[in-house]
Amino acid sequence: MNGLAIVWDNRGVLLAGFANTLTLSFVAAVVSLLLGTLLAMALMARAKPVRLVATLYVDAMRCVPFLLLAYLIYYGLPSFGIRMSNWTSGLIALIVYNIAYMAELLRAAWSNLSKESIEAGHAFGFHGLKLVRRIILPPVFFAAVPMIGNQTIQIVKDSAFLTIIAVAELTQAAMAIQTTYFVPFASFVAAIALYWITCMAIETGVAFVGRAARTRQ
Amino acid sequence: MTWYDVYAIFQGAVFTVAISLASIVIGLPLGLGFALIRWSRIPVLDRIVVVYVSVIRASPAVTLALLIFFALPVVGISMGAVTAAIVTLTLSTATFNTEIWRGALMSFPSDQLESARAFGMPRALRFRRIVFPQILHSALPALVNEMTLQVKSSPAIAVLGLVDITRAASRVGARTYDPLPPFVVALVLYSLIVAVFVMSQRFIERRRAAELEAAR
Repeated sequence: MNGLAIVWDNRGVLLAGFANTLTLSFVAAVVSLLLGTLLAMALMARAKPVRLVATLYVDAMRCVPFLLLAYLIYYGLPSFGIRMSNWTSGLIALIVYNIAYMAELLRAAWSNLSKESIEAGHAFGFHGLKLVRRIILPPVFFAAVPMIGNQTIQIVKDSAFLTIIAVAELTQAAMAIQTTYFVPFASFVAAIALYWITCMAIETGVAFVGRAARTRQ
Repeated sequence: MTWYDVYAIFQGAVFTVAISLASIVIGLPLGLGFALIRWSRIPVLDRIVVVYVSVIRASPAVTLALLIFFALPVVGISMGAVTAAIVTLTLSTATFNTEIWRGALMSFPSDQLESARAFGMPRALRFRRIVFPQILHSALPALVNEMTLQVKSSPAIAVLGLVDITRAASRVGARTYDPLPPFVVALVLYSLIVAVFVMSQRFIERRRAAELEAAR
């Protein structure tokens, strides 16, 4: 097919977009997982006000569509004197949105944790932050790996919304090739193929970590 | 922001609800059909469903919408923006529904099926009387969760030039140079829509619990 040849000739554009999608998704996944862990600790905190604020944040994020949040950060923050490029706004939107989801799935894994291991931790003299870091979080992370993988796939898919605020990611690159050469079929199929490969890679990684976790036990 | 702007965003909400409902109404039975194809291991077809689910589940709604709207005319299938939007959302929700229905079918107790078979029930009747009423209830929470996710991914159709809540709000924001109030209105509308789904799920679950209680 002629279209595929044109897309192949412009593979530089497409791969640059793909690299951008991967960078955005990777940074967003890592940062939102780290900050999501802190938020999960707030969700499980003993102090009620802390828990309340954390729950409010999570619930608010679960009601907003991602695109609305991206718009809010890109168009809304300049009213408060905070100006960022569309790339930075997009990345921040991805992070702010996914912190809530990461925190929620970690909380779910945390509440399924057996009471015995926590009590054993107490008995060995672990308390507070040290208990959380050494006794609670490792099994929580291992149990949550499949969900973290799913959420990372969701981040990759959400990053496509950023094409609407003109971030030069994969979908934007496919759109650019299609508007220049009018080869919509080949360019969008190529983009979807790249998204598919990414998700397969994430799923393979999750399965690998899952196996490693089982052999470790 | 004037009352007319609020009204404009509200109209966007009507569109969001209409298009989400359309894709949910078509996507639910479609997903069930695909799940049944996999469950009964129909040769060739079940492989096709596996590939379909894997590919569409990985594609962002935005990219899928662009593919369907701009690329399908190349192979002779052309449709209007609204149809393309419904097809996009239906295809993507159907993949998630397939997995949810399949999960419910896989965990269906096989002794019930065997006893139905022992009573000589034909396959279709067995499904209609024994399997379906029960998997409907076990799959319901996950299905409603997917519906709310569907409402939240519906702004993807903005790339086709359609005006939903998000697009309407951003238009008002661009015109008044004050994006915060329209976005707050949009947020409230989305929360209301999501709340209706969650509340109707709770209502159905309560009624089901009462039915089970009465049958005892």
